Amino acid sequence: MSCIMVLAESRQGNLRDITFEMLAKANELANQMNLKVNVLCLGKNNESMAKNLSAYAYEVFSIDDELLANFNSEIYRKTISKVAQEHKPSLFFIGHTAFGIDLAPSLAHELNLPLITDCIEIIREDSKIVATRQMYSGKLNARVLFKEQSGMMTIRSGTFKPAELKLSGNIVTKPIPEEFKTGHASNFLGYEEVPTTGIDITKADIIVAIGRGIKEQKNMPAVEDFAKTIGGELACTRPVIDAGWMPKDRQVGSSGKTVKPKLYIALGISGAFQHISGMKSAQTIVAVNKDQNAPIFSVAHYGIVGDLLKIVPMLKDKIKEMKAGA
Amino acid sequence: MNILVGLKRVPDTAEAAVIPDSTGKDIIKDRLTFSLNEADNYALEEALLLKEKYGGTVTLLSFGPKAFEEVLRMGMAKGADTAIRLWDEKFTNADYFTVGKVLATACQTLPYDLILTGCMATDDGYAAVGLTMAAILGLPHATYVSKIEIQNSKAKIRRELEGGLLEVKEINLPAVLAVQTGINTPRYSSILGIKRAAAKPITVLDCAGLNLADPDFLAKTILEKLYIPIVESKAEFLEGAPDEVSTQLAKIFKEKGVL
Ligand SMILES: Cc1cc2nc3c(=O)[nH]c(=O)nc-3n(C[C@H](O)[C@H](O)[C@H](O)COP(=O)(O)OP(=O)(O)OC[C@H]3O[C@@H](n4cnc5c(N)ncnc54)[C@H](O)[C@@H]3O)c2cc1C
Ligand SMILES: Nc1ncnc2c1ncn2[C@@H]1O[C@H](COP(=O)(O)O)[C@@H](O)[C@H]1O
Repeated sequence: MSCIMVLAESRQGNLRDITFEMLAKANELANQMNLKVNVLCLGKNNESMAKNLSAYAYEVFSIDDELLANFNSEIYRKTISKVAQEHKPSLFFIGHTAFGIDLAPSLAHELNLPLITDCIEIIREDSKIVATRQMYSGKLNARVLFKEQSGMMTIRSGTFKPAELKLSGNIVTKPIPEEFKTGHASNFLGYEEVPTTGIDITKADIIVAIGRGIKEQKNMPAVEDFAKTIGGELACTRPVIDAGWMPKDRQVGSSGKTVKPKLYIALGISGAFQHISGMKSAQTIVAVNKDQNAPIFSVAHYGIVGDLLKIVPMLKDKIKEMKAGA
Repeated sequence: MNILVGLKRVPDTAEAAVIPDSTGKDIIKDRLTFSLNEADNYALEEALLLKEKYGGTVTLLSFGPKAFEEVLRMGMAKGADTAIRLWDEKFTNADYFTVGKVLATACQTLPYDLILTGCMATDDGYAAVGLTMAAILGLPHATYVSKIEIQNSKAKIRRELEGGLLEVKEINLPAVLAVQTGINTPRYSSILGIKRAAAKPITVLDCAGLNLADPDFLAKTILEKLYIPIVESKAEFLEGAPDEVSTQLAKIFKEKGVL
C-alpha cells in the first residue's frame, strides 16, 4: 500500500522541529488522499524518538545502529532506499536542511523519484499534488508539479505549523543490512563550533543588522557609530561575513545565529529566508531598503524605502537629540 | 589534480524588479544585468587554489545558451584552462535533473579527480544540480562545503549545518563538492588574463555531441507558473525625506520604550 513517507531529522539524538512540521503537513494531505503516514527514524538509541514519533504516524520505521549516530548521506541513502523500495511512498518528505539537501538528490535518483526542493506549500488540486517554491531569493513564487504520480519534496523549515496528534503508530525496528556496514566512500569525523569573539548577539536587546546594501567597507563606521548611539550590537547577513567585514559569530540566519531582540534594525538587507529565519521573532523589526519590493518588508513592523547611507546618520542625530532631551 | 567546475550565469535580482514574462515560465530579462552565480565564484576560486597547490587542470562547464560564455571567459581569465558550453535548442523546460544529467554526461567524457559546483543558484534556488550530478555519476558528495583539504586520495572537508555548527568529514576522491559562499576570497581577473581568455576557444556540445537521446533529458518536474507572491506586509511604511522619516522613527522608538 502506498503512503506518505517522512524522514525524521534528528541531531545528536534529538528530533528537530522540521520533523514535526513535515508530519503535520503529511497528515493533513494523507487525510485528503486516504493514505497513511509512515515515518523513518534513523539514529542510535532511537527508543524515545520512535515513541515520540508514534503519535504522528501509522508506522515508525526505526533503524537503530551505531553507524547512524551521525548523519552520513551515503549510509542513510542506502538504508532509506531499501525501506522505501518496500513501501513505495507516493510522497516522500525530507527537510530542506543541511542534512536533508545533502541526501535528497541522490536518494531521489536511486528511487527514481522526481524531486522538488525547498517547498513552502503543498496542496492537492484535482487529484494532483502542487508544490509552491520560491525563486529569485523570494521575489517570485513558482507552482511546480511532478511529471509522474509520485515524488520527493524537501520542505523549508518553519513554514508548516506542527500539530498535536494522538495516533498510536506501530514501531517497527529494522536493522541496517550487513552489506551497507562497510566500504563507505565518506566518513563522519566530528563536529566543530564557529569560534566566538566574545560578544554574544543573542543576548542583545537592540540589534543593528547590516546587509550587502552597505556596499563598501568604508561605509561601516557610520553604522558602527549609529549602533553605539542607539546602544545596540552590530550584526549582519552572510555576504557581509563572506566579505570579511565582520566576524562569523555576528551572522544572523539559518547558518548563523537566531536572535530575538526587542528591536532589530535591518539596514540594506533583502530578506532571504535564510536570514529571516534567524530574526523574525524580534519584538519590533525596522527595515530600511531602497527596494520597496524587498522581502524583508514582509516581516518588518516599520519600513522605510530609502538609502540607508542617508537615513542612518540622520537617525543617529535624532536619537542623540532625543536621548539628550530625555 | 584535474578539477571540473560547474558555472552558471544568473540575473542580478537583489535590487531589481523581477517580473514573469508572458509565458509565465520565465522572467522578463531585458532590463537585467547578469553575472556568475555567487557560490560558483567561490567554487571557481577553490579550483584555482587547488590547481596552484597540486598542479593539474581546471575545466569549466556551463549548461546554457551563447550568453553563458561570458562566465566561462571570466573563469578562464582568472586561470581556468578550458571551457565547455553545453546547449541544444531541445533543452526547453529544463529542470534540476536536465541540467544535472547534461553536466554529468559531459563529465563522463573528461578526466577528473574532483568536481566542484556552487551549493545553490540564486535564480532557481534548487540546491540540487551538483548532487544530482554526483548521483548520476555514482560519486560521493557533500554540500554547503566551507573547507577543503586534500589528503592523498581523500578530501577532508568541513560543511556548514544550521546554527553555526560545522560537520567534519572525510570523502574519497573523485567526489562532487558543492561549495558554500565564504570558503575563500575570490580573485579578480587581470586585464592580461581577460585579453588572453578572449582568444581562447570554447567547446560547444549539443545533444548529438553528448550522445544524449531525447528521453534522457526530459525534465522530471513541470514549472507551471511563476507569479509575484502576495506579501502580507504588516509593515507600516514611514514616508518622507530622510530627515522626516528619521524623526518619525525616533518618536516610535520612544513611544514603544525600546530606547
Ligand atoms: C545554506 C545557506 C545558508 C545561508 N545562511 C544564511 C544566514 O545564516 N544568514 C544570512 O543572512 N544569509 C544566509 N544565506 C544567504 C542568503 O541566501 C542571502 O544570500 C543573504 O541573506 C543575502 O544577504 P543581503 O540581504 O545582505 O544581500 P542582498 O540579497 O544582496 O540584498 C541587499 C539589499 O540591500 C538593498 N540596498 C542596496 N543598496 C542600498 C542602500 N543604499 N540603502 C538601502 N538598501 C540598499 C537592496 O535593495 C537589497 O535588498 C544562506 C544561504 C545558503 C544557501
Ligand atoms: N546551467 C548550469 N551550468 C553549469 N552549472 C550549473 C548550472 N545550473 C546549476 N549549476 C551548478 O549547480 C549548482 C547548484 O545549482 P542549483 O541546483 O540550480 O541551485 C550551481 O551553483 C552551479 O555550480
